[in-house]
This record gives sequence, C-alpha cells and structure tokens, in this order.
Amino acid sequence: MKQKIVKQKVDKVLESYPAAVFKNRKEHIVVKSGETQEPQPITANTRTVPGIITNRGCCYAGCKGVVVGPLRDALIITHGPIGCGYYSWGTRRHKGKSTGDEKNFLNYSFNTDLQEGDIVFGGEKKLRQAITEAVEIFQPETVMICSTCPVGLIGDDINAVAAWAQKEFGIKVLAFSCEGYKGVSQSGGHHIANNGLIRHIIGTGDAVVGKYAVNILGEYNIGGDGWEVERILKKIGYDIVSVMTGNGSVRQLSSAHKATLNVIQCHRSINYIGEMMNTKYGQDWIKVNFIGVKSMMKSLRDMAAYFGDQDLIDRTEQVIAEELSDISGAMEHYREICKGKTAALFVGGSRAHHYQMLLQDIGVETVLAGYEFGHRDDYEGREVIPTIKEDGDSKNIESIEVEADPKHYRVFLTPERVEELKDKISLNYYEGMMKKMADGSVVVDDLNHFETEEFMKVLKPDILCSGIKDKYVAHKQGIFSKQLHSYDYSGPYAGFKGAVNFARDIAMGLTTPSWKFATPPWKTEPMLEGSVVGG
Amino acid sequence: MLDYTPKEYSKREALNINPAKTCQPVGAMYAALGIHKCLPHSHGSQGCCSFHRMFLTRNFRDPVMASTSSFTEGGAVFGGGSNLKTAIKNVFSIYNPDMIAIHTTCLSETIGDDIPTYIMSSQIPEGKIVIHANTPSYQGSHITGFSNMVKGMIKYLAVNSKTPNGKLNVIPGFVNPGDMREIKRLMKEMGIAFTMLPDTSNVLDAPMTGKFEMYPKGGTKVQEIIDAGNSTATLALGSFASADGAFELEKKCKVPAKVLKTPIGVKATDEFLMTLSKLTGNAVPEEIEDERGQLVDIMVDCHYHYHGKKVAIFGDPDLCIALTEFVISLGMIPKYVVTGTPGEAFEREINAMFAEAGIDGKVKALGDLFTLHQWMKEEAVDLLMGGTHGKYIARAEDVPFVRIGFPILDRSVHSYMPIVGYKGAMRIIEMISNALLDRQDRDCADEDMELIM
Ligand code: SF4
Ligand code: SF4
Repeated sequence: MKQKIVKQKVDKVLESYPAAVFKNRKEHIVVKSGETQEPQPITANTRTVPGIITNRGCCYAGCKGVVVGPLRDALIITHGPIGCGYYSWGTRRHKGKSTGDEKNFLNYSFNTDLQEGDIVFGGEKKLRQAITEAVEIFQPETVMICSTCPVGLIGDDINAVAAWAQKEFGIKVLAFSCEGYKGVSQSGGHHIANNGLIRHIIGTGDAVVGKYAVNILGEYNIGGDGWEVERILKKIGYDIVSVMTGNGSVRQLSSAHKATLNVIQCHRSINYIGEMMNTKYGQDWIKVNFIGVKSMMKSLRDMAAYFGDQDLIDRTEQVIAEELSDISGAMEHYREICKGKTAALFVGGSRAHHYQMLLQDIGVETVLAGYEFGHRDDYEGREVIPTIKEDGDSKNIESIEVEADPKHYRVFLTPERVEELKDKISLNYYEGMMKKMADGSVVVDDLNHFETEEFMKVLKPDILCSGIKDKYVAHKQGIFSKQLHSYDYSGPYAGFKGAVNFARDIAMGLTTPSWKFATPPWKTEPMLEGSVVGG
Repeated sequence: MLDYTPKEYSKREALNINPAKTCQPVGAMYAALGIHKCLPHSHGSQGCCSFHRMFLTRNFRDPVMASTSSFTEGGAVFGGGSNLKTAIKNVFSIYNPDMIAIHTTCLSETIGDDIPTYIMSSQIPEGKIVIHANTPSYQGSHITGFSNMVKGMIKYLAVNSKTPNGKLNVIPGFVNPGDMREIKRLMKEMGIAFTMLPDTSNVLDAPMTGKFEMYPKGGTKVQEIIDAGNSTATLALGSFASADGAFELEKKCKVPAKVLKTPIGVKATDEFLMTLSKLTGNAVPEEIEDERGQLVDIMVDCHYHYHGKKVAIFGDPDLCIALTEFVISLGMIPKYVVTGTPGEAFEREINAMFAEAGIDGKVKALGDLFTLHQWMKEEAVDLLMGGTHGKYIARAEDVPFVRIGFPILDRSVHSYMPIVGYKGAMRIIEMISNALLDRQDRDCADEDMELIM
C-alpha cells in the first residue's frame, strides 16, 4: 500500500530526466514492496551516465584508498601525477598503530609525481628510482605500487618493475594496476587489491595461532571501529590472526590462512578474499555486522555457534550481558531523543545496510537506502550471483581462479554441522540489504545529486547519512547530515560502546540549538508598526 | 609521529614524499565555482571529480557541485568525445547551468582529447555557454590549474567592444571567499567600479537559508567577464595564480595588466592600494588609513611577541611570497620557505627578500613537506605556518603551528575570515602571537606564568 504511494512520488522525480537518463536510472531504483514475495531486481555496478553528478570514486580509490591503504607496514607508492596520492593521504580515517619493530607508514604519502616528460617517454625509470630512494630512506619490508590513470595509457609495466625491485632489494614488492578508469567505481579497485593480497601475501607466513582463531575481513578501523570489535572478541577469547585491513599489516596478513574462520564485515570490498580463501584453504566465512547492538549480539552468537564450543557460547553470553549492562542506560536516553525520526542512507557498499540496524536500535526508521558501488548481491543477496550478467566493464577486472592448497587446506565443520548451521547462521552467505527493508522504503543504486535533492524533498527524512559531498547540501536544506564514511571525525561506532557514541552523535545533531536560528526573527515575528524609537 | 624521517638530508630525484601541492583540476574547479551559474565539469574518469569535490568541500564546508564525463576503459582507449557530448547534453537538461566550464584531467590529456572540437559538435541550448581549459596534472599544480581556468574564461568570453566601461578587473588568485570579500570591500571603500574574476564569495561561504541553491547568489556574472575586455586595467593579485589571465586579457583585448603580490601584510596591501589609487585617481579614504594605522599600532605594541623568532612557511607560491614579506616586516626570520608548485621565479623572489633582509634562509619550489621537515630537524624553528598537513611535522618537532593557506581541513571558519588587507594582517598577527604565547604558557614553570604578556 505504502509502496504504491511512494512509487508515485519517486516516478514523478524521475520524469524530469531526459529520456535516455530516465531509462537508465529507473532500473537502479526499487520501492520495496511488503506485499509481493516476488524478487525485486535492481540494476547495480554499471556505468554512471556521463554528466550525472555522481558520488562515485574510482578504481584507484578502491584499491589504494580502501583496501591496501590501511596496511601500516606497507610503503605504498602512488605511481602517477600528484593529485591521486595527495587526496588519498590521511583522508580516510583508517587508524593504525604499530608495535615492536614494525614500521607504520600511515602518515606518509609517497608519489612518483609524474611530469610531462615521464608521460611522453614513460615513467618506469622514475618508478625504479623512486623505489630505490624509498628503500634507502625507509627500509620497508613491503613496497606496493598503485598506478593511476595515465600509467595504463603510457604502457608502463609496473609488474616488471616490481619483479625487478623484489630481486634487487630482497623485499616484497607488489604492483596494483588500479588505474582510475577501470571498472565503473571503487569496486573494481577492491577486487584488484583482493587479488594481489591473496596472490602475494596471504599464505606466506607461519604464525602460531590459538584456539578460536579468526580473521576479520572488511573492517577498516574507521574511527577505531576495529579496535572496539577486537576488544570484545578478545574478551570472549578469540585469537584474531589478522584484520583486513584496518590497523592491519602485511606481517599479520601473511598468516591469515592459519585462522579457522573468516568473519566478513564489509561484504562488497572483501568478499573475493573470503571466497578465495574458502577454496584455497577450506576456511568458511560468515557475514557479520558489528554495527548496532542487536546485530552485534547476533554476530557474536553466530561466531560462537560456528565453533560450537559450550565454553565459548557461555563466555559470549557473559560478555554480551556485561556490555549491555554498561550501555543500556545511555542507549535508552538517546533513544528517547531520536525515536520516531526517519533517515536516508547513502554510503559505499555495506554501511547503508549495517547502519539501518543501529538506527533501528535508537528508533529511527530508514526511508531510503542505497550503495555508491554495491553489486546486485549486496542488495538482493548472494543467490542472485549466478544470474548477474557480466558486461564489458566488469570483464576488464581480472577474476582469479585459485585451487586448494594441499599443504594448508583443511575443513573445520563436518557435513552434519554444516547442515545444522546452514539456516542458523549466514555460513558463506550474505542475504543482502533489501530483504529486511520495510514496505515503501526506497532503494537507490548510485544515487546522484539530483535525486538526493529531490528525494529529500518528497521523502522528508530527518537525517541524511551520506558523505561529505552531500553533507552540506542537506544542511543548507535544514536536514541534519551525518557522514558515514568518516563519522564526522568521531567514533568508534562499532560494537556496544560504539552504538552509544553513534546514538549520542545523532541526538546531538538533531538537537543542536543552531537549527533554531535558521530563520531570522524579523521574518516570522510581526514588527511593530508606527512606534517611535525613544518617543 | 613521522618517525622515519631522518635528519640527514639525501637528494631525491624521483620520490615525492608528503606533497606540498596537488593537481591542476582542483584549482580549475575552484576558479569555475567563482562564476555565477557555472557548473565545473571534469573531463576524465569520475574518481578525479570525486576527489576534487571532496577536497574543496572539506576545506570550505559548503556544497561543491561539479559533474564528470565518467570515463570507463572504453573512453580511455577510444577517446572521450562521446562521453563529453553526452555529458554536456545531460548537464544542461538536468542541472540547467548558464555555463559549463570543462577542465581536463591526466587521463583525457594523456589520450589527447581535443576539447574544442568536441564542444563544437555538442548540442548546446540557445543562450548557454561551454568553455574549457587544459589542466594536465603532470605540469604545475592546483595553482596552475586555477590560472589556466581563469585564462580559459578570458579566452572564451572577454571581448573588447570599444565601449570602455571605466572599471578595473581584479583577479584575486587562489584565496578564500573571505579574502575576496575583503578585497572587494577595500575597492568599494575606495569608490572604484570593478569586476572580480573569479569570485567565490557567496558561493563557497553561502549563508544558511533553509534552502539549498545549486547556484548560489555569488560569483562573477558571465556578462561581466565578457565586458572585462572593456575595462581600464587588470590587477592580477599573485603572479602564479593570476598573471596569465591578466596577460591573456591584455593580449586579447588590450586591457593593460598589472601584476601585484597577493595583498597579505602591510607592504603588499600598501602596494595594492597605491596601485588602485594611481590607476583611478581616487584617494585612499580615511577609514582605510585608520585601519592601516591600527595595524601598525599593533605591530609596534606587540613586536616582542614574535620579533626574532624563526619561522618555516609552506604553501602556495603567491601566499608564501607575500607572507614571507610580511613576517620580515614583523621582524621575524623566515628560515625556510617551501612551495610544491614549480617555478624558478619563486626561489628568485624569496632569495631576493632574504638578501635584502640579510636572512640566511632556505627556499624551494617543487619541494615537499619531507624536505621541509628534514630542514627543521637540521636547525629548528620557533613556528611553522602552512596548511593542515603541517600538523604532523608540528607535532613531531613540537613546534607551534599557525594554519594558513590551502587546505585547512581540521579547523573551521578560516574561509570566512580574511588574511588579506590590513584587517587580514591583524588577524595573522593575532594567530602568530597566540600560537607563540600559548606555547609559552604551556611550557613555562608555575612561577613564571605571566598574567600580562
Ligand atoms: S588522475 Fe590526475 S587529475 Fe585525476 S586526481 Fe589524479 S592527478 Fe588529479
Ligand atoms: S565499508 Fe563502505 S566505504 Fe568502507 S570499504 Fe566497505 S563499502 Fe567502502
């Protein structure tokens, strides 16, 4: 019912598009129906129409910015002109702290800063020299090369340079051909980064791991999220072998194959590794969501159920109870302030889903949600993967095939346990964002500026959770906007304590007295007529 | 913090570490935002546009609108003509600007896309305008990009129609909207008719009204740019960001160009006002003279807060040049001056100031913050001045830090408050003084805590 009314409003907005744009965009928008059990397919991971003011970034941003950037001990050289490296220098809040003799290069930005001559005659020589200088000054254990747009066009063979440097200096050197024009968004870059890590790093270490050994995948430690998750997992008794890649390191990552279970937070950016490790090392993965109190509880319980050990299950319940008692008063307080409000969410490739749960915890309903670079499986669930048609753009991103590693392959669950767990936990499966969304809620892929502005007008959310490019557009309209990429420099938002931080920040944004001053008093109060000053 | 930066300086030929510049398009985008009802368009893959919008938005905390050709691999291989044509059509029908200002990116430059030809074969609605500037990032910096876009505007639009308008043109350079406002105020107080090009005030410091305006009320009007060819003269403030545009106008429309420093500090502001006065015959009014008097009053009264202190300055060339001159006027010692933008003229100009003031300082164009940091390790300074990225060095070396220039990502309000003119100079003194005195308060022994300083 509600679906029909909302659909009309949405269609009206789309009608003002030129025909070709209309035809394209309507496939990217679904109004969730509560009545039909039929699947509601959405188009995603396709090109943005030129001229559209999109929020999307590029392949380089997905590879260097998102996936490999947080690795503390990797010295990452951006091979290209200066801008790309400059913008991705310290601008994403993937925090990291090194211990012992491990180096941490997170505050540095390394670039070949290509000049015209390099573009004309090729940049390989400069890249070689740059690596030489980097090794001399910093003595890193790992160097990574990330190339930007022009590099692919001038034909620099960065793989050859990496092979040369690896031999020359006796260190790990990885090359990522993540030129910005590859694929249709950041997503291609995630895939390229995943390929590099599985090929060259995972499986090369031999750390001794403890009981309940897990890797956390797709957690980038924005605002310290990963640290908060780790605190809880350690309290329960997990051994965290590696985190991909927030506060992660090449050293840690090299032994990731030794863990028993992979838990995946951001499905979009790292599911390739989850899948490949499953094939290569037999490790299962489960989709978790550490954002939101209820989702956190479910994730912890799923993890414990996977291991199936009564001690672990009991300990999990004990930790949940402790954490809950710490936060329940504060959560209730903020819930009182926020409940009944509505939100629109437009973020990346997983947060538009994750944060719906946390918003629910504080009584906020989601009226619109969308991903910047999600694929259909992130919306509709992994069951649609076989039906996704590969287009030219996705074919340009290499998909690698891995085989079972005879030395390290092992299976943890017996077939009986698999059967038992299959329906209880998301074992090697992600249900996507849409299934649990309410009737009449709008799902928009690759939301653009025009739609943001218009949908705000017709759906009238109280909160827009998006990124910096939308933030002030919303504020100018009198709508509170919360950045869900950078958390507006707050956080952590993950886990139990993080939920309180988020609730506090949302309550603060909604209730800041500043909103009250938007209209000057002379616009609303009747002015006295005819009074004489000093009369 | 920056633990692996060694004190020993080694010459680098290839590796840029912690850049002090960024790429051309962001400057071009900033310039284009200063035109009323103009939508900047980035011709390349969408990542560049996204980065640039993000970066400007973070600096100004205001919406930054710009579109992109959204290249994919096909565009990269076969050229971006069809992407651009589609983009132009869509931009006009969806976002309805009066003008699209296209800038290129590394990608479209490397392919060699011929923008004028593409524009010519595009569908442009009646009365609408499309202009472009080439902004390859493998040359120059964001300042070059700003300069190229201003030049592009003039190339495409300015006309000398033999009807002198009696106005002055002012190219303010890559400065904040607050600075542009202050320059305009000074000119208004002088009673001068002028066109400022570009003008981002009321665009990137637009007021909150409860309504989002895709095209805020600020910005130079297209008609004014056309008419700039009829002006009496053009003042280019800052040779790196503004001179090329002014000379283009001189070449094209015979409007004489005059290049000045960005009016930061007492000397540069004096020169600015003197030039205005000479060009127009208008006297400097009492209000402004009083402001100058106040500034000098402060300089004299507070000199002991900063006199003799060593300062390291980094940032955009025009800012660095004017600021170096100003800190010398304050009796400070600009020990190191670094810009990321290339240009021998920069080193020449700063070295001349060093020579005149008898300062043993170091200067570098096309430098990076790694070099600056190494210099500071070799011989320490008392104060660091520059954009936000300097905070890491400031912490590593425990040096007081004044944020000035572009970008400032970790503090607010800076884009509203001028650093140009006499008022701006007062503000700079306040910032310098506060930073140094706060440090003294923080570090001194209890018994040395001063109530009055
Ligand atoms: S590809 Fe070029 S234009 Fe784009 S962000 Fe990088 S340096 Fe700037
Ligand atoms: S959480 Fe969102 S922003 Fe972060 S990597 Fe995943 S998709 Fe990208």
